[in-house]
Amino acid sequence: MAKKKTIRTIPQERTPMPEQPAAVRARNFEEVACGYHPDDALRESERCLMCPDQPCVSGCPVGINIPGFIQKINQKDLRGAYDILTETSLLPAICGRVCPQENQCEGKCTVGDSLEPVAIGRLERFVGDTAIREGWANIPYIEPSGFKVGIIGSGPAGMACAADMAKAGCDVTVFEAFHQPGGVLKYGIPDFRLPNSVIDAEINNLRKLGVKFQCNTLVGRLFTVEQMTTEMGFDAVFVGVGAGYPTMLGIPGDSLNGVLSANELLTRCNLMRAKEFPNFDTPQPIGKRVAVVGAGNTAMDAMRVSLRLGAEKVYCIYRRSRKEAPARAEEVHHAEEEGVEFHWLTNPVAVLDNGSGGVRGMRCVRMELGEPDESGRRRPVPVPGSEFDFEVDLIVYAIGTNANPIMGQTSKLKLNKWGYIDTDANLATSMAGVFAGGDIVTGAATVIMAMGAGRKAAASMKAYLGIRDPQHPYHSGEDTLFGIDLAEKNFVRVRA
Amino acid sequence: MPDFEIVTREDFSDVTYLLEVRHPLMAKAAKPGQFVIVMLHENGERIPLTIADFDREKGTITLVIQAVGKTTRQMQQECQVGTSLYALVGPMGIPSPVSHAKKVVCVGGGLGVAPIYPQARAFKEAGAYVIGVVGFRNKDLVFWDKKFRAVCDEFIICTDDGSAGIKGLVTAGIAQAVEKHADIDEVIAIGPPIMMKGCAEATRPLKIKTMVSLNPVMVDGTGMCGGCRVKIGDQVKFACVDGPDFDGHLVDFDDLLMRLRRYTKEERMALDHWEHEKGCRLQKKISSAVKESARK
Repeated sequence: MAKKKTIRTIPQERTPMPEQPAAVRARNFEEVACGYHPDDALRESERCLMCPDQPCVSGCPVGINIPGFIQKINQKDLRGAYDILTETSLLPAICGRVCPQENQCEGKCTVGDSLEPVAIGRLERFVGDTAIREGWANIPYIEPSGFKVGIIGSGPAGMACAADMAKAGCDVTVFEAFHQPGGVLKYGIPDFRLPNSVIDAEINNLRKLGVKFQCNTLVGRLFTVEQMTTEMGFDAVFVGVGAGYPTMLGIPGDSLNGVLSANELLTRCNLMRAKEFPNFDTPQPIGKRVAVVGAGNTAMDAMRVSLRLGAEKVYCIYRRSRKEAPARAEEVHHAEEEGVEFHWLTNPVAVLDNGSGGVRGMRCVRMELGEPDESGRRRPVPVPGSEFDFEVDLIVYAIGTNANPIMGQTSKLKLNKWGYIDTDANLATSMAGVFAGGDIVTGAATVIMAMGAGRKAAASMKAYLGIRDPQHPYHSGEDTLFGIDLAEKNFVRVRA
Repeated sequence: MPDFEIVTREDFSDVTYLLEVRHPLMAKAAKPGQFVIVMLHENGERIPLTIADFDREKGTITLVIQAVGKTTRQMQQECQVGTSLYALVGPMGIPSPVSHAKKVVCVGGGLGVAPIYPQARAFKEAGAYVIGVVGFRNKDLVFWDKKFRAVCDEFIICTDDGSAGIKGLVTAGIAQAVEKHADIDEVIAIGPPIMMKGCAEATRPLKIKTMVSLNPVMVDGTGMCGGCRVKIGDQVKFACVDGPDFDGHLVDFDDLLMRLRRYTKEERMALDHWEHEKGCRLQKKISSAVKESARK
């Protein structure tokens, strides 16, 4: 019998992931983190103690069998690892890259109590990437349930919901307003964090499950949610349209040319490929000196995209301190390495005009932290007389988004006072058979939270449609009608 | 059957052309005042175009386009009957409200004549007295006059050089209508921003409600980027989801005009790049043809 692993016998250091050097990567759109080599993955898998209480699993929003897949890596059975992952995680190559693992699985890892936690995200990504490279896909036999399900929005919430409903045997169509599916994964998250080829590979896996993607379809205008549930014959609908509608600061000079939302910058660059202008037709002129207002993940993406588009200097302007910054620590660190200059406790009060409709600079005021507000964060208050001018020629607002008004304008869906869709705890909306989740319900959040919401909505939809949830199989004997087929894993099957 | 197939094309002049595109669902959903976003090809940009007309039975929508830059010129060259657009999404924006106005003036300037037409028709169908005012630079650019006349009780053509109708801008036409009718309830104006600004200024002292359809730079058209933001009174609105129609007396036209100049340099670059590439391709074709004939 193998000797029991202990905290003393495992590799003490977390296996580093090869990265492009900061000076090089700040000028290209290639992925920053290059991924584990099989030897790295094997070494890192050694560090998992396979603890019986598995705290990491409880930290994962979708409850991946983490020790299970890591053990398979350790046994050099990557296909086996992929099989275990795909029992719960639909998009491992994506989640392994974009999840804030430090607050989730890795945050609960036992090894993390005394050493650095096991690099669960990197291992998940390694398996996901291997599957894409090898062309693996776990396409189970799916018995059609006869139900037709419509999903509005092809972002992470819609993708997760679509996968679960397809596995439950539903005829699933995903409607996307853009010309390509993927939502924020495509237009928002830049290639150097999540390459479009990875998203396309995962979307193709959904297509293999029978999910249909219909792009160029703006639900609410081309047809309404009401029409979907009546004349179009959808038995259930999931609304996962995201938050959209960026917030502007509302300070003088907001409408000057050279002030834009992070969403616009990122959409032009990532989806429309303005970085390849004029071989692609969409332009995105970048300034020499760019200020990005905000310190969330979107702000970090906007800063790093600006650098790669050729900005000489990029500043982060944030009214609170580094401790309160909502971005992942890793993202802040990456931005810093690449040369972004951070100005904490600084708030813009006006955009300065260059005399011909463009931006000359920004007037800011220093802030200090006062009493904690309702959210528990200390409220920043301006220091009187501390105004100063900043010389910049492009300003990007990454200060959050409001609810997109289209659904509210065109359906009877009940909205809350902020304009987001009102749902109950099971993500059911005020309309029978219509469920909603992701940013359009919670306001801007993370990719993994949206995926979690998509899966939760799928569970509610299945309950609503009377489809038994394969997550809770029952083994009552020979005459079982529904359940999990252990050989093919995680889907509904009807036995004759 | 390919998606977004072009079923009809008509050229009004050297620079203006009409495309009728198959999209039965959109033809069913479209209402006056709405617009679409079009991509010509995979590497293309997304451009907004107003829905000039729709035929629910035929399942088509009509776009009237002016070749002003790279994309619209390339479309003029490549969009022939039987070809398809790469992407077509819509109808976008809030439909124009057909108010209870009893007497309206529908003003269209240049290309704006196309999108104002279905509005004039809607007002006519709602029982209003419709005065049409259309403006063109000269008589060669005039289009849809018969079609327009058919839904109007009165029809006034204005040309800059007087080669058709009255000489002058559409504001001259508005002045003529206002002089004759003291009871005009509403003016609706669509055209270049400078023209809509002129219309709004003309009606402001008379306190006649004036609606305009704004045309700022857009990317997605679904309210998620804010590129199309406009100043309406003391508020910032996104033309793609809050508009495109707004009260002309509240619109900050100077702000709109300034923001429309945002990409002038890049637009020029894109056009030059395309024409250069086109030239190169032509050159290659010629030289290979020359080689071919030399071989023979």
